[in-house]
Amino acid sequence: MSLLRDKTAQVWIWASVLLLPLLIVLFLIMQGNQSADSIARFGWGFLLGTTWDPVHQIFGGLPFLFGTVVTSLFSLVAAGVIGLGAAVFLTFYSRGRVRSSLGVLIELLAAIPSVVYGLWGLYVMVPWLQGVGEPFLARNFGFLPFFRGASLGVGYLAGGLILSIMILPTITAMARDVLLAVPREIHEGALAIGATKFEVIRVISLPFARSGIIGALMLGFGRAVSETIAVTMVIGNRPQISSSMFAPGYTLASVIANEFTEATYQLYISALNEIGLVLLLLTALFYGVARLLVWRSTRGVGM
Amino acid sequence: MNKRHMSTALAGLAVLSGVAFQSGGQAFAQAANAASAHRVAAVTSLTGAGSTFDYPFFNKAFYVYGEQYHVQVNYSSIGSGGGIQQFTARTVNFGASDVPMNSGEVKKAEAGGGAVVQLPIALGGEAISYNLPTVKQRLKFTPQVIADIYLGKIRKWNAHQLQVLNSGVKLPNLPIVVVHRSDGSGTTYIFSDFLSTISPQWAKQIGRGKSVNWPVGIGGKGNEAVAENVRNTVGAIGYVELAYVLQTHMAYGFVKNRAGQYLLPSPATVAVAAAQKPGVTSTNFSIVWEPGKNSYPISGYSWVLLYKKQPNVATKNAVVKLFDWMEGPGQAQAATVDYVPLPANIRAQAHRLLATLK
Amino acid sequence: MDAERKPALRLSRLIWNHAFTGLTGLLLMLAVLPLFLVFGYVIYKGLPGLNLQFFTLPTTPTGIPGGMSNAIVGSLEIVGVASLISIPLGIGAGIFMSEIRAGWFKSFARFLTDVLSGVPSIVVGLLAYAIVVKPMGGFSGISGSVALAILMIPVIARATDQALQQVPVSIREGGWAVGARQAQVWLRIVLPTAIGGVVTGFLLAFSRVLGETAPLLFTAFGNQFWATNMMQPVAAVPLQIFEYALSPYSDWQQEAWTGSLVLVIIALIINLITRLWVAKKR
Repeated sequence: MSLLRDKTAQVWIWASVLLLPLLIVLFLIMQGNQSADSIARFGWGFLLGTTWDPVHQIFGGLPFLFGTVVTSLFSLVAAGVIGLGAAVFLTFYSRGRVRSSLGVLIELLAAIPSVVYGLWGLYVMVPWLQGVGEPFLARNFGFLPFFRGASLGVGYLAGGLILSIMILPTITAMARDVLLAVPREIHEGALAIGATKFEVIRVISLPFARSGIIGALMLGFGRAVSETIAVTMVIGNRPQISSSMFAPGYTLASVIANEFTEATYQLYISALNEIGLVLLLLTALFYGVARLLVWRSTRGVGM
Repeated sequence: MNKRHMSTALAGLAVLSGVAFQSGGQAFAQAANAASAHRVAAVTSLTGAGSTFDYPFFNKAFYVYGEQYHVQVNYSSIGSGGGIQQFTARTVNFGASDVPMNSGEVKKAEAGGGAVVQLPIALGGEAISYNLPTVKQRLKFTPQVIADIYLGKIRKWNAHQLQVLNSGVKLPNLPIVVVHRSDGSGTTYIFSDFLSTISPQWAKQIGRGKSVNWPVGIGGKGNEAVAENVRNTVGAIGYVELAYVLQTHMAYGFVKNRAGQYLLPSPATVAVAAAQKPGVTSTNFSIVWEPGKNSYPISGYSWVLLYKKQPNVATKNAVVKLFDWMEGPGQAQAATVDYVPLPANIRAQAHRLLATLK
Repeated sequence: MDAERKPALRLSRLIWNHAFTGLTGLLLMLAVLPLFLVFGYVIYKGLPGLNLQFFTLPTTPTGIPGGMSNAIVGSLEIVGVASLISIPLGIGAGIFMSEIRAGWFKSFARFLTDVLSGVPSIVVGLLAYAIVVKPMGGFSGISGSVALAILMIPVIARATDQALQQVPVSIREGGWAVGARQAQVWLRIVLPTAIGGVVTGFLLAFSRVLGETAPLLFTAFGNQFWATNMMQPVAAVPLQIFEYALSPYSDWQQEAWTGSLVLVIIALIINLITRLWVAKKR
């Protein structure tokens, strides 16, 4: 390869990676600029306020923040556990055709449009939750504050569940790839000295694939936090904070999706943009904290 | 074969496909549509954006117009707010909004494009639908009762206020699950306008708007989600566009109007309400709670936004021709999709406004 | 080698082993459950409308027979161009994050990739509106592609980064030992080894944006008519699905479900083609 081609390639990858901060900066500028009016009017009160009243021009973002955090974390845990477990099964307990076809099918879940997830959620999952799922939880786990109150079907639980399904393909597919890349020799070597399969996976393979798995979880979380349409169809869209998963809620992305195209006066548009800004900063905060925690426990291992 | 070759190949493929699609696609479309003689060869085309309420009506009307006059009118329903934004940015030929632009918005648009003309283009009514499988008769509601339900003051179906209105009916002892719109919409505006007009408490506490701070209830995104939430939940009540109840056979009730009559929303009753206000303008546009024996009290217009000064003569002619037609023969298309045609006096007014375009 | 008898396993270890096997099996079934529920529903609702007319006729008003030919072609164009934009940029960024020694900037770049993946698609659409639509003075398919590319890049970059990191150093060392240049090592040696993971990233990104509506609202705009010119508003399947599914008309609702099914079928085809192509290259 000629020097010129090598240099061109160098330019290419530098340009590609510099695009990332460029885009983030553009987003920050755009959101910051548009949010200025709202920030000036409400200051920090925006993050603590619980009233969202476009008619009287009072805007507070706390219920949306709460909803985003609750549903995203719920889905991260649910899809993380299920996705990782499924990936382990696909990698270590299945072969050939079964593995590849199941893998493809799970990846295809990612191709279903968000609005279709929303509709399925509304037509199928919500009635089931209302009639079967939530009453079951209320009967058996009702002593916990999470499972109290009327079962409407829509609510935080529905929102969390639909997100879990939507980010499952990302987590499963990427975790599977990472686990597949663990060198066979290491796995087989450990088996040869008498470890059970479980022990090998637990002690050798998973730690080896750890940073990749974390990467998969991160991307999954990103998708969960940014999901709009599917969640808004099943979460009830009520800006209220509640300890019960049965209660209707609202998320940052949902309120933007619901009201942005109809907002017509400046402060309103600005408040919605500030919601977007809060979402951006929340995401950055989460990733920053996650990185810090991982860095501390691995000390330098590439993530 | 390395990445560069692959990229070049893909790029070449894309270019070829693009060219192929352009020409092939035209031919393909012509062949496929030969039966309907739909000529796709590029002639004048117009774009519009805005209200989702207008979408089914516009979609049908523009299709028919295209068949007759060979002008492609591309309309995207990005919401009334979006319509106003795009209209102000002049990225579209016309905007459509359920609520006319207020003075601030008009000023902003005028700064960029000169004087603005707002025409009423479509008409709709809202039904009060509910889910009570054990109740076979149609329920009666008064405006006050509806307001109290949405304020959270009436919480059960067998409450005294409801029982009194529906004396022959055995109302169940179920909680009322209130459903409203979560997305900003003209439908909500009309509904909250109605409630504000008849309930001083609502006017003071909540007010009117495309999005409001609902005291109770869950929000569905779009008429369909409201309808579905109502269908899902026994004891639910929700307000939806007329077309939805007509198409999906949901249960909906009588609403008492200003003249004391209990009416169902229908093309007839909504049109009567509209005709009661011949002088409707973009600043005086509310037609809820109109007088008249057969006026349905929860009705409202949708509006088209145009600049008085068009970029050139050809565009002006195309725009004027389109909307003269929309305000004339086009209204006949409304009924085919369960929308309400505009009354004659309103249409005449629109024609007069159109004549002022330059 | 002597045949050694494995020492007898303690019972608890055996139990844990079987419990784990059972657990992962259960989790796999849970992962597959939505597959059947959601896919099954999409197939059940979409299949009745799947006919030739769907692919040959453009979108029409309710009551008039139509299809989604214009939207299908439009979607393929928009997502195709988005892929052309995002694949080189995503892979480039991924190569950087894996291969280049850049200290704190490397970690920072990874952090930014994560944050970018969390931006709501409607906000991405607004950015594309600001940087493409406004300067162009109108809506276009290309602005939609830009919006979708922004959504695709973090996923592809992350997946590439991950996949390349998994490649053992020895493979690179082999390349350096024969005097290959950096770019040669990346492109001819390391990337092909890691191509599986890169492809997964691309397919996930592709599938996702195939079904995205929000970023296209203010960019590609949609088009009821046959429109293949990327410099003009272009139709897209998710936009139509969004309109139709939320309407009260049963023929439109049917088309919405069939459109969803078609999107899944397209994703499946692309998935199979890409994987076959990669397998051939090995």
